[in-house]
Amino acid sequence: MKTFGGPVLFLDRDDINTDEIIPARYLTEITKEDLKPYILEDLKLPGFDPKGDKTKAARVIVTRANFGCGSSREHAPWVLEVNGITAVIAESFARIFRQNMFNCGMAAIELPKQAIDALFAYRDRPDATITIDVPRQTLVIRGGGREESFTFDIAPFDKALLTAGGWVDYADRKY
Amino acid sequence: MGKTTAEKIFADHLVDEPFPGAKVLRLDVVMCHEITTPIAIADLVARGKDRVFDPTRIKAVIDHVTPSKDSKTATQAKILRDWARRHGIRDFFDVGRNGVCHALFPEKGFIRPGYTVIMGDSHTCTHGAFGAFAAGVGTTDLEVGILKGVCAFREPKTIRINLTGTLPRGVYAKDVIMYVIGQLGVNGATDRVIEFRGPVVDAMTMESRMTLTNMAIEAGGTSGICMPDQVTVDYLWPFIQGEFASREAALAEYSRWRSDDDAVYDKVYDFDVSGLEPLVTYGYKPDQVKTVTEMAGTHIDQVYLGSCTNGRLEDLRVAASILKGRKIAPTVRGILSPATPKVFQDALREGIIDIFMEAGFCVTNPTCGACLGMSTGVLAEGESCAATTNRNFQGRMGKGGMVHLLSPATSIATAIEGCIADPRKYLP
Repeated sequence: MKTFGGPVLFLDRDDINTDEIIPARYLTEITKEDLKPYILEDLKLPGFDPKGDKTKAARVIVTRANFGCGSSREHAPWVLEVNGITAVIAESFARIFRQNMFNCGMAAIELPKQAIDALFAYRDRPDATITIDVPRQTLVIRGGGREESFTFDIAPFDKALLTAGGWVDYADRKY
Repeated sequence: MGKTTAEKIFADHLVDEPFPGAKVLRLDVVMCHEITTPIAIADLVARGKDRVFDPTRIKAVIDHVTPSKDSKTATQAKILRDWARRHGIRDFFDVGRNGVCHALFPEKGFIRPGYTVIMGDSHTCTHGAFGAFAAGVGTTDLEVGILKGVCAFREPKTIRINLTGTLPRGVYAKDVIMYVIGQLGVNGATDRVIEFRGPVVDAMTMESRMTLTNMAIEAGGTSGICMPDQVTVDYLWPFIQGEFASREAALAEYSRWRSDDDAVYDKVYDFDVSGLEPLVTYGYKPDQVKTVTEMAGTHIDQVYLGSCTNGRLEDLRVAASILKGRKIAPTVRGILSPATPKVFQDALREGIIDIFMEAGFCVTNPTCGACLGMSTGVLAEGESCAATTNRNFQGRMGKGGMVHLLSPATSIATAIEGCIADPRKYLP
């Protein structure tokens, strides 16, 4: 199982789509590693720099509702993964993106709006980090000398995919 | 308690329920294109599992960038081509025979009521127009589909959209679905199937129904679905006449997939289309919709008619009826991409291609290219395109470009005037 946790990148908008996560013009790459420089290239948010230090350091994304809507491209989770980001925490996800994350053994964690707001309170603390404990279904955010913990729900099937390391290994063993 | 079409298909195709809420379904059709399949193929090869579950149930096409524009896209095409040959995939469509997947595959008769269909492409929801469950998936789901012929889903609930009234002049299926998305919002149907019902849908051709179901994903929907009926049977008849004694027999068989009258829905919406106007998107999300009256005069650099939403013969006919004898504005670049070779040829025979070329349009081969900013019509920074496609995301048709979604009719009025314009004044 992958490890989930580390410095946080806050993306404060609903409906961030997969074209913004990895534009179609880069879908001609045929290895995941080749996608690396293009992470979130078309995402326009105040104060956000896709090539900035915060993006480079990030291991977890915290964002709002309907993250990953639009195209089915699995290049979206892949470009996060090759940049070291293996978990996204959001109020909600688009179906295909959420499934793609778990299929790759990556975590797409949903929290209620109130909890997401509480996480966003740490956005201006430069040392904000999140640690995620999948078996216990808890996560802790730390920053500026404070910390808070949250519990989350995860479907048993999705949890099994994380444990198996993804859907191909799981399905090949079982079907 | 009755069942919806989606519930019937899930019950019929269920292979396993490894955990509560996770349903593994047997797949009838696995469709592949050259953008999302090559990495699945490479992974299967790397795992020593370069196999396919059933070559007759796999359909493959090169459509996103075709003919290839550079070495990278040529390599993607070659990977798919070599793989299709290696595994004896008969239904593989290469240059000269290829078209936009969600227009080409239905045209070939590959989709039947009650089927389960997946593809590594979000607009796979289109095929639900035949009373099928058709869902876009990522490359990993596609890979497992290719290898094992199964896919796992959370069973979706169903939203029912009743469309009543009469479509006004100049208002088409595209305007209807844009209105529906405007009402539901871009995540209004997440983990839901959208069932399109009512007399307006009953009266629609399969082509118009596919325009509706095509954009279900723009509201977050897993699949769009229309009820199989006489229109479905008549469309499929050339492909199924060997299987049934009569059209009545086919209809009787397919009707068992229709939702039961006492089926339970997550939500039901009743929309009367009689008061609808032609619609246009204004922002970077498909639910940001205004009337053409509100949007008229908006500057446009390019008009694009094509795609899996609106590149079929019916769309071209409507467009040509408005364009005939007219020229497009000198400031506009007009691009027509018929969605399949058959659409292209039929349009040639009907004189439609002549009308477009006389008016100043460029006619390209069938391809997805421009819709997602990959080829044949990419925008420059700061440019705007009026497009009959399905996504207006920031940079969708080219970095820094703007997309306004609209119907084929509205796209032609816009091409004529060089800015967003009302098609109703041009209708014959």
